[in-house]
Amino acid sequence: MRPAEQISPPGAGTAPAPARAGGRRAALAAGLVVAAGVLVLVAMASIALGARSMPWSAVLDAFLAPGGGADHTVIREVRVPRTLLGLGVGAALGLAGALMQSLTRNPLADPGLLGVNEGAALGVTLALGVFGLSDPAVYVWFAFAGAAVASVVVYALGSAGRSGGGPVRLALAGIAVGMVFTAACSAILRLDAQTFDRMRFWLAGSLAGQGADTAARLAPFLVAGLVLGLLLGRPLNTLALGDDAGRSLGVAVTRTRALTAVAVTLLCGSATAAAGPLWFVGLAVPHAVRAVVGPDQRWVLPYSVLVAPVLLLGADVAGRLIARPGEVQVGIMCAVIGAPVFILMARRRRLAAL
Amino acid sequence: MTVRVGPWSVRLAPRALLTGVLLLLVACAVAVVAISTGEFTVPVPDVLAALFGEGTPVAELIVGKLRAPRVVTGLLVGAAFGVSGAIFQSLTRNPLGSPDFIGFTAGASTGGIIAVVAGGSAMAVAGGALTGCVITALLVYGMAFRRGVQGYRLVLVGIGANALLLAVNSYLLTRANINDAATAGAWLTGSLGGRGWEHAIPVALALAVLLPVGASLARPLRMIEMGDDAARSMGIGVERVRAAAVVTGVLLCGVAVAAAGPVVFVALAAPQLARRLTRSPGVTLASSALMGAVLLTVSDLAAQRVLAPTQLPVGVVTAAIGGTYLALLLRKDRY
Repeated sequence: MRPAEQISPPGAGTAPAPARAGGRRAALAAGLVVAAGVLVLVAMASIALGARSMPWSAVLDAFLAPGGGADHTVIREVRVPRTLLGLGVGAALGLAGALMQSLTRNPLADPGLLGVNEGAALGVTLALGVFGLSDPAVYVWFAFAGAAVASVVVYALGSAGRSGGGPVRLALAGIAVGMVFTAACSAILRLDAQTFDRMRFWLAGSLAGQGADTAARLAPFLVAGLVLGLLLGRPLNTLALGDDAGRSLGVAVTRTRALTAVAVTLLCGSATAAAGPLWFVGLAVPHAVRAVVGPDQRWVLPYSVLVAPVLLLGADVAGRLIARPGEVQVGIMCAVIGAPVFILMARRRRLAAL
Repeated sequence: MTVRVGPWSVRLAPRALLTGVLLLLVACAVAVVAISTGEFTVPVPDVLAALFGEGTPVAELIVGKLRAPRVVTGLLVGAAFGVSGAIFQSLTRNPLGSPDFIGFTAGASTGGIIAVVAGGSAMAVAGGALTGCVITALLVYGMAFRRGVQGYRLVLVGIGANALLLAVNSYLLTRANINDAATAGAWLTGSLGGRGWEHAIPVALALAVLLPVGASLARPLRMIEMGDDAARSMGIGVERVRAAAVVTGVLLCGVAVAAAGPVVFVALAAPQLARRLTRSPGVTLASSALMGAVLLTVSDLAAQRVLAPTQLPVGVVTAAIGGTYLALLLRKDRY
């Protein structure tokens, strides 16, 4: 946790030395630019590296002077859509995790851990396996419905009872609900071998095999969720002081909560529809970001948007490189990277509510 | 109610006894239904004749080789899961401290998959599952240990280990060749299909050893639930009992997974359902065992019949039951 003077809400006129506050803001803005730069580098690596690695010059060539060579075709048809998908999914999961942690004041909130992504996955499985819908822009609505149902159920279960919603309780509720959704998915897939064959890699969490058209069809929903989520930084800052304090400072508490839930649903639903249920990206990134930039959501949210795709694309590239010419699904890589972080957190931190 | 015979006395709870007898009857009834009905109906008297080797050859094949071992394996595995869940729920003082959520079942799966991929026999797979379960338990305990194991830290570390092991499992499945992957995949969904006596007998032997151990631990565990200091002041060797309980619970879980694959939610739901029925203040081992046996056999029956001729894996049905139950548990209880 940060020392007390850094927790005081920024922009509230409580900063002891305006000059220092201004310097801090400049430093944070510069950090944001650095994060964006790192993200560009990782995206370039994601385009260049894989079963068939190519020199950076070929990557640049493919953009500057598109030709017909095999390398350029691979880059245009496979690598670029995949990288864009990873960017979008990573940004969505990072932002969704940050929003959920802020909304539930729960340090363990993660779209995967709390069952939201599993709910979305059940929605997609229903759409593809039972209703035979194949247009991403159509079945994403099923993902939204599943994500919304999951978040409502988990939040209701996690905060019910006399002890209220402690972090561990919410996490267990999420695991349990997620397991039920997963079992329902596998029941549907059992009945339909064809759908199973199409979906088994997606269910493990994968960026492969989704063409440019999927990314394009899902992009509007992702962008809507990102914009909405990023706009919520200031009211969420105020709500961190408590509902009553937030209300007295002029925040529409219910509307903020509802809008946050809508943003989380849009982000988790479209990310899951694109890449399957992924864990830990939304958990680890906001924690790491908060450790650097402090609790101000106006910084935490954009940093999460930029840092999470670095993690996701990095995991994807690593998964492509360690098992050449095959690959390890990005969902597996995320768990292998994220679970030890989670265990360390469980060991080290006092899991105080945020 | 206390029964005294000479110098010995036993405390009996009438409601728990009644519940136990009822559960036993239900288990028997389900077993009879499962053995006698199906695509080929064997009337109940013929079932008995076939079991004692005096039936028609067809009935003997169907009852003795196909249905009876499956039902018996289901009863035994359910009982093992029930007791294992009861032990861990008591240890973690948490109704959700089930071996399913804290990585032990996933660890057993990892061991089983490795054995399948290495081309091991059915025995090797069972041994791999047991080994995986024990190693995972050691690691989770080791990582959760920090001046004692606290319930919530055990749960959180276990959740992390669970996610990690699930990822390892999917990785192993994608790297295995297609036949191994199919074998491992079928085993992973948790199924009682095709179980013979060779599956039932090891579980029976393990239960014969571990159930008495568990029973001897029941009282000290109840004391420890009141807090370490209180238990110590009543003369309980807290760390020793806890270690013995962990070993018993892990072995039961491992043996059960070895026989039936990782069937989820039985270990979670059975102790709590039994507690509701007996209205006892904490989880009880005997009624948990019986409830586990009933739950698993009923689920297996449902898995075979609900969508017949499609055979669902029993794990899907137990998950549905467990999920429904969980909603009730979470709505009504604090923990």
